[in-house]
Amino acid sequence: MIAAHGLGKRFGDRRVFRDIDVELPEGGFLLVTGPNGSGKTTLLRILARLAAPSAGSLEGPPRETIGYLGHDPLVYRELTPIENLTLFGRLYRVPERAERIGMLLERFGLWDVRHERVSTFSRGMQQRLGLCRVVLHEPALLVLDEPYNALDTAGAELLDAMLDEPRTLVVATHEPRRVEHRADQRLAFA
Amino acid sequence: MTYFRDVGALARKDLLLELRAKETLPSMLLFVIAALVIFHFALPRGSDPTAARGLLWAALIFTALLGLTRAFVAEREQGMFDALVLAPCDRSAIWLGKTIAVLGFLAAAEVVALPAFAAFFHGLDGRTVAAVALADVGIAAVGTLFGAMAVAGHARELLLPLLFLPMAIPIVVGGVGEYLWFLVLYDGIFALLSWAAFEYVVAEA
Repeated sequence: MIAAHGLGKRFGDRRVFRDIDVELPEGGFLLVTGPNGSGKTTLLRILARLAAPSAGSLEGPPRETIGYLGHDPLVYRELTPIENLTLFGRLYRVPERAERIGMLLERFGLWDVRHERVSTFSRGMQQRLGLCRVVLHEPALLVLDEPYNALDTAGAELLDAMLDEPRTLVVATHEPRRVEHRADQRLAFA
Repeated sequence: MTYFRDVGALARKDLLLELRAKETLPSMLLFVIAALVIFHFALPRGSDPTAARGLLWAALIFTALLGLTRAFVAEREQGMFDALVLAPCDRSAIWLGKTIAVLGFLAAAEVVALPAFAAFFHGLDGRTVAAVALADVGIAAVGTLFGAMAVAGHARELLLPLLFLPMAIPIVVGGVGEYLWFLVLYDGIFALLSWAAFEYVVAEA
């Protein structure tokens, strides 16, 4: 699913990381850990095809089969959940969009607020909506950067269930205890 | 057809965001009216109508710049480019959707600005209105491309005027002189270039 060799990234004179190798088969789970500023987010953006490496090679699935959640939930705050998911459902060519959106909103506990603006939501509710957006098009690869951010206990359990579904996963988190039992590969940044 | 449905969905999203946030259009309206009032008192009585037309174009270009500065606010502040560029839709659809929305904001500002200009100065003829309409297409096309480039830059508030204003000089020349054929040519060339270049502007860095 992902074959990366000798990955490196520089921003000008600053080297973020170098010589990273990742061989992740389909259905594999890569856990990325490390302190702030160590390069976790940069690596995840490269694996999600949102940034190019400065060195090395990367083979992976096409962009449209990737679900990416960054530090932000990546939803428009002045739109409602329905409007956000309808927009992305169209752009991601999701079949039977209305049914899929309804099912996800129910599952993530957002059905009752589906017509309210996201700007009125708590950060945790926004994160739940971000998770809905990420799996809306049933991606083969999920790349999640600190997915437990702002989630309450119920939200974290919903995310746990999502991570149990058969998918290839790359997750960066400050809370490795929550997911380390699922991970079959680890990459620790110093 | 899918391409144009994507464009429609993206343009609708931008218009809806503005309708809810009400940040860009009111600022543009306030700015253009204030600029025209200032120009009205700054220009001596009995001045050449061409001088007044020049001031109209200065007001319109800076009003457009104000709108363009706000055009990618949601994408910049909420990181939405990441979600948009991963989608399998053609990336130029993102540019076209945004261009249509910017065009809508410009047109709305001018619905107020042009009658105000007619009231403050020497009236308004059909040729000036046609020149403004044609110029809007070029302003929106080029400005949206540069707006996206500025989002990726560090000094983005500085970068957009530095990129956009030199490219607006031909529009002002064509607008003040009312060279409609020149504006049509500018629109055609730069809309096509912007459409084709957008892919590379949002490509992974």
